[in-house]
Amino acid sequence: MKPAARAPTALWVPAALACALFLLPLVGLCWRTPWPQLGDHLASEAVVQALALSLECSAAAALLALLLGLPLAAWLAAGESRLHAAVRVLVTLPMVLPPVVAGVALLLAFGRNGLVGGPLEAWLGVAFPFTTAGVVLAEAWVAMPFFVLTVEGGLRALDPRYAAAAATLGAGPWRVFRTVTLPMLAPALRAGLLVAWARALGEFGATITFAGNLAGHTRTMPLAVYTALETSPEAAIVLSLLLVLVSAAVLFALRRQWFPAR
Amino acid sequence: MKGGRVRRSPITTTLGLALALPLTLGACGDEAVAGRRVVVFAAASLAPAFGELATAYERRHAGTRVELHCAGTPRLVLQLREGAPADVLASADEPNMARVVDRHLVVGAPVVFARNRLAIVTAAGNPRGITGLADLARADLRVVLCGPDVPAGRYARQALAGARVAVSSVSDEPSVQAVVAKVRLGEVDAGIVYRTDVAAREGVDMVPLPVEHDVVATYPIAVLASGGDREGGAAFVAFVTSADGQAVLRRFGFEVP
Repeated sequence: MKPAARAPTALWVPAALACALFLLPLVGLCWRTPWPQLGDHLASEAVVQALALSLECSAAAALLALLLGLPLAAWLAAGESRLHAAVRVLVTLPMVLPPVVAGVALLLAFGRNGLVGGPLEAWLGVAFPFTTAGVVLAEAWVAMPFFVLTVEGGLRALDPRYAAAAATLGAGPWRVFRTVTLPMLAPALRAGLLVAWARALGEFGATITFAGNLAGHTRTMPLAVYTALETSPEAAIVLSLLLVLVSAAVLFALRRQWFPAR
Repeated sequence: MKGGRVRRSPITTTLGLALALPLTLGACGDEAVAGRRVVVFAAASLAPAFGELATAYERRHAGTRVELHCAGTPRLVLQLREGAPADVLASADEPNMARVVDRHLVVGAPVVFARNRLAIVTAAGNPRGITGLADLARADLRVVLCGPDVPAGRYARQALAGARVAVSSVSDEPSVQAVVAKVRLGEVDAGIVYRTDVAAREGVDMVPLPVEHDVVATYPIAVLASGGDREGGAAFVAFVTSADGQAVLRRFGFEVP
């Protein structure tokens, strides 16, 4: 990708304002960070607990996205029917819905009085609200679309002639998928997993609505920020800073996928 | 924001968003309605009663608009500490009010204007047969409390400790409104809130606490220094503590000093 034509000088002022808009909250965060006590805050039990829970749940959500989302992406990439279009809208919906709406909807489906939540709890003993499983479900719900759409894009960009060649050489569809398609898809898979994981890590609205807020069980990092803000703003600031760093690291890892080398 | 009557104008929102708490933006809404504007921050448990108090106040002071913002008290305190402009704070307990007084955000001294008592909130008809605090420890019940820093959560834990009942809350909720909502949805079997929370809402029932285990919640109100209308704030506080204001509170189930 080549740089676009030089922008007129007059546009620099609004462009700088936009940068300031993005930068100022981060500066504010750093400005209020209690640097001398940073280590103590990071080592506190509440932070360690929330961080561990966040990492576990977001990794589980990303794994769920991989297991369920990869087949879905493969199906979506293989057709153009009305059903495909409808499913694509369905998959995209969680990306644009306010997460708190997602939380309410999840409660009505998987809650104790929900569509399937009641039977699930009665027959299998699986309860989602107020459990860590609920956190994973909420995170997977909001994060999987990012994985599916990324991987679908990757699949559509593949040159179909490689798969066709493998097929003419006698490989069955499963073997073609495994030995030709998947290896070529690796960059898209990696990108999809990372972005889904990052979205899951930052999930707040659906989690607090659907899974509640209890330390060690459902209080992930964003919920810990929300809870700490009222009682110990310094701890909330440290947690926020940690989340900013993690997110920035993800962006850095993804820079080649999103901003291809010039 | 339940009970929120805060309005925003897009112009002020654009510039202010990056720097201020979103709530404070209500500050400049509706220039067309010239007149006074009193911003009242009230504890979540006061939402229904203060909604009516605000309407009654507006009726008596033509041209004045009361903008009511209700949330869990610690959230209000946080917003005030970070510079949200408001004229009045009605807190659900004294420690949270003290945190505002300590920051020199209060004009004059807070006055206690209401008291409240606790109750166990259950689904309508009390289907799980809850009779008292001891039942909340039952393994087959799912119970929620407010977080330990929310006044209702602190009072509830005091009551449970007094009755020597160990309850594990499945979630630390940010306000009594959230607790009542979870019980109404049927996601939990019971919670501990104020009596007034149950009396004012449909779809839930209450089990009052026996006198020896009950805890009296004390509500202080104060005029704030950060708002744009101290006089209006003082007038609203005077109205809440007047005979007419106290009558409204009593009607919503509060005890008045």
